Amino acid sequence: MPDTQPASETPTLLAVADLTVSLGHGRRRAQVLRGVDVAVAPGEIVGLIGETGSGKTTIARSILGLTHIDGGSIRLGGTDVATLTGWRLRAFRRAGIAQYVFQDPLRSLDPQLTIADSVAEGLRVRGGLERADVRERVAAALTLVGVSPALATRHPGELSGGQRQRVAIARAMVLEPELLICDEPVSALDAANRIQMLDLIQHLRDARGVGVLFISHDLGSVAGITDRVAVLYRGRIVEQGPTAALLTASQHPYTRLLIGSAPTLTGGAADRTRRTELREQLAAIETG
Amino acid sequence: MSDTALLVARDLTITGPAGDLVHGISFALQRGGTLGIVGESGSGKSLTCRSLLGILPPGVSVTGGSIEFDGRDITALGYRDWQSLRGTHISAVFQDPGSYLNPSITVGKQLAEVLRVKTGLGRRAATVRAVELLASLGLRDPALVSLQYPHELSGGMLQRVLIAIALCENPQVLIADEATTALDVTVQAEVLDVLADLRESRDLSLILVSHDLAVVAQVCDEVVVLRDGLIVEAGPTARVLSDPQHTYTRLLVENHARYGIERYTSELADA
Repeated sequence: MPDTQPASETPTLLAVADLTVSLGHGRRRAQVLRGVDVAVAPGEIVGLIGETGSGKTTIARSILGLTHIDGGSIRLGGTDVATLTGWRLRAFRRAGIAQYVFQDPLRSLDPQLTIADSVAEGLRVRGGLERADVRERVAAALTLVGVSPALATRHPGELSGGQRQRVAIARAMVLEPELLICDEPVSALDAANRIQMLDLIQHLRDARGVGVLFISHDLGSVAGITDRVAVLYRGRIVEQGPTAALLTASQHPYTRLLIGSAPTLTGGAADRTRRTELREQLAAIETG
Repeated sequence: MSDTALLVARDLTITGPAGDLVHGISFALQRGGTLGIVGESGSGKSLTCRSLLGILPPGVSVTGGSIEFDGRDITALGYRDWQSLRGTHISAVFQDPGSYLNPSITVGKQLAEVLRVKTGLGRRAATVRAVELLASLGLRDPALVSLQYPHELSGGMLQRVLIAIALCENPQVLIADEATTALDVTVQAEVLDVLADLRESRDLSLILVSHDLAVVAQVCDEVVVLRDGLIVEAGPTARVLSDPQHTYTRLLVENHARYGIERYTSELADA
């Protein structure tokens, strides 16, 4: 694998090594991740890019201990998440070191709960706080993401899509996580909200030093916001490195194809002959 | 508007139960031209498309202005007239191609069925023609694809099958409404290529509807930017992208400038 150097100088927050996962049962069981290595340092934004079915979400679920893994290790802070079971796993999740922000904020927020209750849920599960403290932290988290605490008594249905996505982030940030896993956080947003959401994620990194694993199929968002990028193709990381280097001097044909296929305002998608060549190279790698 | 225009909307107003949804918009698709309609959900772009196809949802109707196709006013056509116009002259493909196909019938049969009903071909001729059509859309091994069921095909392949169905009757206008939105970016590039090819080989005029200005920029000569049922900007794509006048268009462009791959691709181009 070319160019794999999870910044050795900085202490790693997340280190996924040789992660292998299979899903399904019996004859339909299939390996969806094959020896994946990904690392995120504190305060670093790492992009994970790949097409539908490449295994992006399975990596996220594995980090949170939501999927049984076949092999490999997932170190988060000082803990190997992969070895946790039973109450240890539950205690780890309750502590909330890693938090997940889903793509669709309408479905990830309980429509019956007020914004305040949704945001406070994690704090209540963790326990040990007075009511007033909970209220204060909820207000602080909402302010952090740019939602007026005055909206705390509303329900998700009364908020715009952009506001709901912010609330979903407040719900994650209220637990003061060290790692934020954002799974397609801007795919469902319109142009204005997309810019604001990407600004917000950068702000959280700057203000709170939170590490971010930014999962997306959209090369544009990944290019704009990440420090490093890992390219996932059919369950394998085929290439990773600093964003600028990866985008301007990519080695793997799949990365090049991705870049050459991205529509740009300059009409800059690579010409078709180039893409056909890359597809052939890719097919040759797969068969050979 | 010039006499080379094939499809013209003049002051088109579309009204729903709660009031106007599209407020008097005008645009023209030139013969053999490509027109992009850009807007976000709720901008009225899909309703506009649907009005061009005579398939507005119940309770929604054209209440003002006109739609002209090839010099003929088609605003107030009846069911029968639309039936003879839709597919034969104006056709369309949409997002999520899988949902338009019957999961339990092979795609070849579904395509052949349209050919038999719409063009009166015999069973055998329709089967042959179906494979030809699939081949013309750049599907490798079209004979095999025609024997496959929708669940066996990828999103990009399904969208090509839907395009094949839309082209059965050699329409002059094809409307692609977010037709590449659900596809992976590498597949999107292929389908956009297919559309550009069809325009050349079949002398097709194309309306490409998308929420993404960059997608439209790949294919279209002219662009119309819709917001809240109004056209905020219109003109040649190159001009609109290089010198956007309206705040909203500027926002769309800024999206790419700040959080897009553009700054790297321009570096690439310089290198």
